Amino acid sequence: MSNEHAASSDAKKNLFRKVWDAHSVRELPSGQTQLFIGTHLIHEVTSPQAFAMIRELGVPVRFPNRTFATVDHIIPTDDQSRPFSDDLAEAMMSEIERNCREHGIQFFSPDSGTQGIVHVIGPELGLTQPGMTIACGDSHTATHGAFGAIAFGIGTSQVRDLLATQTMAMAPLKVRRVEVTGELKPGVFAKDVILAIIRELGVNGGVGYAYEYAGEVFDRMTMEERMTVCNMAIEGGARCGYVNPDRTTIEYLRGRRFSPPPEEFDAKAAEWLALASDEGCHYDDVVTIDGGAIEPSVTWGIHPGHNLGVSEAIPGPNEVEDEERAGVEEALEYMDFAAGASISGIPIDVAFIGSCTNGRISDLREAAKVARTGRVKEGVRALVVPGSRAVQKQAEEEGLPEIFTAAGFQWREPGCSMCLAMNPDKLQGREVCASSSNRNFKGRQGSPSGRTLLMSPAMVAAAAIAGEVVDVRNVEIEDGARKTNAEREAR
Amino acid sequence: MSNDTLIKIERVEGRGCVVRGDDVDTDRIIPARFMKEVTFDTMGEHAFEDARKDAKGEHPLDQERFQGSSILVVGQNFGCGSSREHAPQALMRFGFNAFIGGSFAEIFFGNCTALGLPCVTLPPEDLASVMDSIELDPEQNVEIDVLGSKVRCRAGEFDAGIPAGTRKMLLEGSWDATRVLLDAGDLIEKTAAALPYVELPA
Ligand code: SF4
Repeated sequence: MSNEHAASSDAKKNLFRKVWDAHSVRELPSGQTQLFIGTHLIHEVTSPQAFAMIRELGVPVRFPNRTFATVDHIIPTDDQSRPFSDDLAEAMMSEIERNCREHGIQFFSPDSGTQGIVHVIGPELGLTQPGMTIACGDSHTATHGAFGAIAFGIGTSQVRDLLATQTMAMAPLKVRRVEVTGELKPGVFAKDVILAIIRELGVNGGVGYAYEYAGEVFDRMTMEERMTVCNMAIEGGARCGYVNPDRTTIEYLRGRRFSPPPEEFDAKAAEWLALASDEGCHYDDVVTIDGGAIEPSVTWGIHPGHNLGVSEAIPGPNEVEDEERAGVEEALEYMDFAAGASISGIPIDVAFIGSCTNGRISDLREAAKVARTGRVKEGVRALVVPGSRAVQKQAEEEGLPEIFTAAGFQWREPGCSMCLAMNPDKLQGREVCASSSNRNFKGRQGSPSGRTLLMSPAMVAAAAIAGEVVDVRNVEIEDGARKTNAEREAR
Repeated sequence: MSNDTLIKIERVEGRGCVVRGDDVDTDRIIPARFMKEVTFDTMGEHAFEDARKDAKGEHPLDQERFQGSSILVVGQNFGCGSSREHAPQALMRFGFNAFIGGSFAEIFFGNCTALGLPCVTLPPEDLASVMDSIELDPEQNVEIDVLGSKVRCRAGEFDAGIPAGTRKMLLEGSWDATRVLLDAGDLIEKTAAALPYVELPA
């Protein structure tokens, strides 16, 4: 492998290879690479054991200046006063406070004004930059790939390795370029694009790969839209996903807290742009998807690959490939949906707008446009949870909480909330939840028998009002509001 | 670094326990509500908790015949879902030292290796033979021979899939990643110093 490496060092490279090579410390006896991780993000759930382990090993945190902490998973989204009512949540909170203090790690705490879901605050603080390697003990770390960073979700033992050495052992990945061509139809969002990609390539299709998302649809996307897609790379089996840095990336980063200062910014921006995959470089695979054919998508089953366009019918076991049959049968039984039934019209009990997939300001704006058109159906519990303090503040400045609460949605404090229900926000019993999060596994939203339908925030808002799954394209919203964010910015 | 401190895993043996079914995700292995335990200590008690409640004592982990087993035999794509090290931790603390399956989800597989828990794969027919055999005779000894890449039980000897790199790590003891990584010494700082965005800590 090292020979191949040397031979190709002058050749054209994709972004993944460039970043990987710059961060390689050495080849390990195992054949894996010892990879330097420039930015290590930690949160309260996966770090306490890791700190306990390095304490046992007797080593300090190697790069406390490249380690950043926040709280998101366990934090309540209603009453955040201390001590938290849940003892374990309080224990985790105290642990991360103590560990950050002891090791000199910067902590974006709830009272700092910067707290939020780790994958929301990294980008908004400008901590996430092109060409970085980033890791976090959370599977949705690929979100940061939207900036042309290589970002991995890791387990607690790798968190321990990173604390102790700022490096981790990893085998290089293959790179698949996923091109989405053409133009998205109105009412179709980034969430629909990633669901379509997962549906096309399968939940395991990305195993062993990094995904490079490209094509006209990505070129036009805003950073927040790119983040939504990269966020769910893991749901398609890919270890990470990224978009090459371009002008959109640069303009997003200008002036952020951890971005380079104005006098250095343009030089830095030029370096970043040069990190993009070289024209004509090698890919292990290339697939093309027609963006114009993508519909608003909804999951109907128990993994994100179980999704379909809102106008389609739920498949039966006989309509799928042999290897998917058992999964489809299991999903239909768990969800208690009939094969052949239309996905639209399925009644919902709960609506959740938030998470690191779709808890950013642009998501809340899209949802608010729909929320304006009516009131949450009686009997439906609807939650809007901003992804961070900054998102919350921005939304308040734009008057979004008033729109949501007037329509009968609850407006909450930032956190992961009902994405995984490690906090008080949970489904009860067999409830069906229209959710803007990223996982519809059995039990994911806190009730062992709860049911999750993943969709875009606008679709969730529409479902909340209708009390059932509906096509957001049929909701009458104000003129021009259907334009994508990118189109609006371009005008 | 002293090589004596490394633990080499050449083979694992013990009694088997069969949990059938494909795509068993980490939410099922350890429901997310237990992730907020600050330590892994009590994690073993909650392994497969929801599935075991549903099965009302009939889940393989609760069946009398599988008590004391240390090798878990599973289907395809075991451990898919969240990158939750709590899943292998829960299974390890429940008493499992190794896994035989059709295939394993990548992150789960990595998390297991990092704990020194071998995950080996068998082709579908061989896996079915091993599962049937263990269910018929749960008392038998099941052996995972990492050195020889074999699985042995009463049903016979089978070629087991272990990626070469993983096998080497288990055999050398280099699965204990932290010590191996620490061994790079100041090569780490050298790499960091060449990166445009990293300052060396004071
Ligand atoms: S919002 Fe959900 S997926 Fe994202 S970090 Fe929180 S729990 Fe994980």
